[in-house]
Order: sequence, then C-alpha cells, then structure tokens
Amino acid sequence: MTPGQRRWIFLAALAGLAAFYLWGLAGLPGFGNYPGPYGDIINRIAVAQTKATGVVSAVNFEYRGFDTVGEEFILFVAASAMAVVLRHLRNERERDPRDATADWAVPPASDAVRLAALVFTGPVVVMGWFLASHAQTSPSGGFQGGVVLATAFFLIYLSGEYLLFRRISPVDLTEAFEAVGAGGFAAIGVSAVAMGLPYLTNFLPLGTTPGAVSSSGTIALISFFVGVEVAAAFILIVGELVDQTLLVRQGDH
Amino acid sequence: MGSTAHIAAVVTPYTIPAGIMDVLQVTLLVLVAAGATAVVLIREPVRQVIMLSAYGVLLAVLFLAFQAPDVTLSELTVGAVALPMLLLLALAKVKRREK
Repeated sequence: MTPGQRRWIFLAALAGLAAFYLWGLAGLPGFGNYPGPYGDIINRIAVAQTKATGVVSAVNFEYRGFDTVGEEFILFVAASAMAVVLRHLRNERERDPRDATADWAVPPASDAVRLAALVFTGPVVVMGWFLASHAQTSPSGGFQGGVVLATAFFLIYLSGEYLLFRRISPVDLTEAFEAVGAGGFAAIGVSAVAMGLPYLTNFLPLGTTPGAVSSSGTIALISFFVGVEVAAAFILIVGELVDQTLLVRQGDH
Repeated sequence: MGSTAHIAAVVTPYTIPAGIMDVLQVTLLVLVAAGATAVVLIREPVRQVIMLSAYGVLLAVLFLAFQAPDVTLSELTVGAVALPMLLLLALAKVKRREK
C-alpha cells in the first residue's frame, strides 16, 4: 500500500469518526442539565433514609453497594495479580539493598526530602484515617483515605529508609490486611443474608443524628474496610515495584 | 438538633453568583485541555510523568469547581500521586536495565 492510499483510508476513517462524534454531541443534553430521576430522588431521600450526610458515600456503600463490592475486588485481584507477575523468577536473584544503591548512580535522598517526609508522615496518617472514617459525614471515603494512608508509607521510602519501609509493611502482613479489608466488605453483605435480609442490607442501627460519625450503620463500617483494603493494596503494589527496582536483577548480570 | 433542619441545610444549594462559577469552570476546562495536550507533547518520560501529575491536580480542581469533591479527592490521590509514582518506579527499573 502506498503512503497516498494509506492517507486516503485515514482521512475516510477520520471523516466517519467526526460524523459519529458530531452526531453524538448533537444528542447530548444541555450543559449542566440533568434529565434522569434517580439523582433527584436520592437527593431528597438519602439523608433521611441512611442518616449519612455524605450522600456520595451513601450511594457508593448502600444504594449501589453491590457494584462497589465488584470494584473492590477489581483492585484486590489487580494487586494479587501484580504480586504473582512480579514474583521472583528462577533466573533472578535478590541483591542486598545497600549494595544495590551503592553502585547505582542516584544520589541519596536530600535533607530537604528527608525533612519533608518527616514533617508530612504524621499528618498524612491522620488525614488518611480521617478520610476513611468520615465517609458518612462529608466528602471522603475508604478509597481516598486508603490511598492517603498508603502514601505515608511511601513517604518513608522516599526519605531513603527502604529497610524501614519494608520492616513496617512486610509483604505477608500487607497481603493479610488486604484480604481482611476485601473480605470484611463481603462479610458485611453476607451477614445481612445470614439474618434473612437481602445482600448488603444496612442492618446496623442508623443512629438519630444525620452527620454524626457514629450514624449511618454499615456505611461507615464498609468505608473502614475499604480503607484497609485500598491502603494494603497500594502498599503491596508499590512495594513490589520498589523491590523490582532496588533488589531484583536478571541472573546473567 | 432537629433532623429536618439538618436535611433542609443539606439539600439547599450553595448560592455562588453564576457568572463567577461559569468563568472558573471555563478557565479550568481550557487549562485541563492545555494540560492534557502538554502530557501528550512532552516526549521525555520522566518529564511526562511530572506533567501527568500536574495534570491530575488540574483535573482535581476542575472536579471541585463542578461540585464533585469526592471525585476531587480520588483524582488527587490516584491521578496526582499514585499513578505518577507507579510510572516513576517502572521508569527507574527500565533505566537500570538499560545501563
């Protein structure tokens, strides 16, 4: 095929794509116009029904909790698959991390980076914990909180303390936490079934004050387990990549 | 605290002058488009990842301006921190093998 022919095929495809794209744009509702009924219904009933003022969390962990279980397990499977793919192969061997950094032309963490990590680690833990435990009251949730919590561990690694990072997040323990988080969510759903209710029914007392941390029943509890699962999954994924970068090399080197 | 008063306070929309929000939203949309283009045009991988992180921050602010604070938090944590971090680690690994 000559470049000229190729260009004509490209232009024809581009014209077709443009036509479909414009057709699709023409059918869109106006900017900011919300046609569906569900959002309006949820806005009216969610706070009274769930006693959670974090309505997005109420939707995620209650109204469509079943979908969120699926999403939770997507992350769980992804992190597990990463651990399987990055397992140590027969022709790879681990090197001592100190040696590995010694012959690697990368400067050690500067004082500024170490200080920033030192200053931020504590607040980041508090922030992550706050987000994971306040899904029911304000914009936050286990997912965001979990990632922020995991970031505290990455700060320790970034400050040059690889060995400390590994000591406080050993792979076995991290995997156990990930399993507890993912399993806890599913177990809350099954608990409802054991009581003769539909899967993931909010069976805990909802409390009386909307927006109180102790209100909203299983929404707060599910958010907590999601936080544990997400934090462990991210630590697992990044930990595996860090090990790959620092420790593992092909046997023929 | 009466629960009805609470609910009323929650469903009452914020009253920010529409003109200011429009300007903010359009500005952010343009910035996001520019940021996305910059991510594509930068060809050096490490710089591209740093730009991707900045683009994540831009998107997060955009979501905030469109009244989606939950998505803002997710985008900040994943788009601006977690994804660039994974990419940087992968780049470090590849760089070492090339050496």
